[in-house]
Amino acid sequence: MLGEYLPILVFLAVGFGLAVVLLGLGLLAGPRRPDAEKDSPFECGFPAFEDSRIKFDVRYYLVAILFIIFDLEIAFLFPWAIVLDTIGVFGIVAMGIFLTILIVGFIYEWKKGALEWE
Amino acid sequence: MMEILANFFGAFLPEWMVTLLIILIKVVAIVLPLILLVAYATYAERKIIGFMQVRVGPNRVGFKGLLQPFADMFKLIFKEIVIPARSNRFLFLIAPLLAMGPAFAAWAVIPFSDGMVLADVNAGLLFLLALTSLGVYGVIIAGWASNSKYAQLSALRIGAQMVSYEIAMGFALVGVLMASGSLNLGDIVRAQSGSIFSWFVWPLFGLFLVYFISGVAETNRAPFDVAEGESEIVAGFHVEYSGMAFSIFFLAEYANMWLIAALTSLMFLGGWLSPFQGLTFLTDMPVLGRVFGDGIHWLLLKASFFMLLFFWFRATFPRYRYDQIMRLGWKILIPITLVWIFAEGLAIALGWKPWL
Repeated sequence: MLGEYLPILVFLAVGFGLAVVLLGLGLLAGPRRPDAEKDSPFECGFPAFEDSRIKFDVRYYLVAILFIIFDLEIAFLFPWAIVLDTIGVFGIVAMGIFLTILIVGFIYEWKKGALEWE
Repeated sequence: MMEILANFFGAFLPEWMVTLLIILIKVVAIVLPLILLVAYATYAERKIIGFMQVRVGPNRVGFKGLLQPFADMFKLIFKEIVIPARSNRFLFLIAPLLAMGPAFAAWAVIPFSDGMVLADVNAGLLFLLALTSLGVYGVIIAGWASNSKYAQLSALRIGAQMVSYEIAMGFALVGVLMASGSLNLGDIVRAQSGSIFSWFVWPLFGLFLVYFISGVAETNRAPFDVAEGESEIVAGFHVEYSGMAFSIFFLAEYANMWLIAALTSLMFLGGWLSPFQGLTFLTDMPVLGRVFGDGIHWLLLKASFFMLLFFWFRATFPRYRYDQIMRLGWKILIPITLVWIFAEGLAIALGWKPWL
């Protein structure tokens, strides 16, 4: 049973290995002539004004938090969708209640303006 | 053929090494054509967009420029990889690996033809959902580790954009699962056999559109390419990357595009199934029957069509503004998928299955 997943592990290793080989090839074959200007962060020809670790908009956090809720929802929907044939009307009602709670939350965040980016 | 190889290696190697070797050969047999497809996707993109803009595109290296991808690759190998002084060196170098690993490993569960699949796992679609989510790490880490303002801004934008569209994508997948009743990609394709009218694209047309649009947004292609928006943040998250480190991001992006194209064809357009299925007078013809019958060439053809759409979008659509992208993802695509899933669930619960 788990043996079916061995090819995936090998494929992952090959994927990462290939990237390592390509990167190593680039590091070996390419020249390396560092100088202060070249190694400074790119800012349209200006010297960098300040560090780039700046404050950023809280909405990016908000989207990430909302994503976790919805992604969990999808994770719950996956097994449900597989067996929907056998659980029939009971399944659809149960998931209906579950989805309604989520949709109420979705409407709330919409009305609160969590999805506005203007 | 694999048995002959297994017997050959079995003569002088222990059993577990033979198993591993056979898997490795199969992996290489997938990865090499994939790299070739990726290389020629870049060539096709430049040619097609060139023709759309009444130019010729690359035509110097080799016959009609056919060797252009190799010329590009050799050039990039011999370019310096600049590591910015203020960057986090370790994360800076690990980010391209994190972008490429998942983009390639996802191909392990793709069935190319009936039974032609490396890992025929039950949870294939779940695995794909997990791996496509991992792709965002490479990009965010690259943007953050560069310690450059453009890269930083791009990483933030891309992070929010990719997770937003992943939700719409996941909901579209749920719709496919409800119709097929299986997470195994081979079974999903087999559930669509019959004729061209049993493909999921007809009953799930809305989800098909949502899935492909989300796929374009997931791979940060035009018109959703604010992460790379040349006119605003130069090259976005890979502005500090050069040489081979840059080309790894490039490879990963195109491998992801092929993945989205292949998945869309597998889940909605019947994958390796021929559109002429059921028309026995065509499929039973002596030689042409192989062409009209099922096979890997149909998957390739369908995936190539979606690749053409990627290039076509890039040539024709202007870039979306960031607030428009987020509005499309959250306020249009997600409600559409929710309603669609609800209607589909109702249809299944009442025993009405238009696709069977």
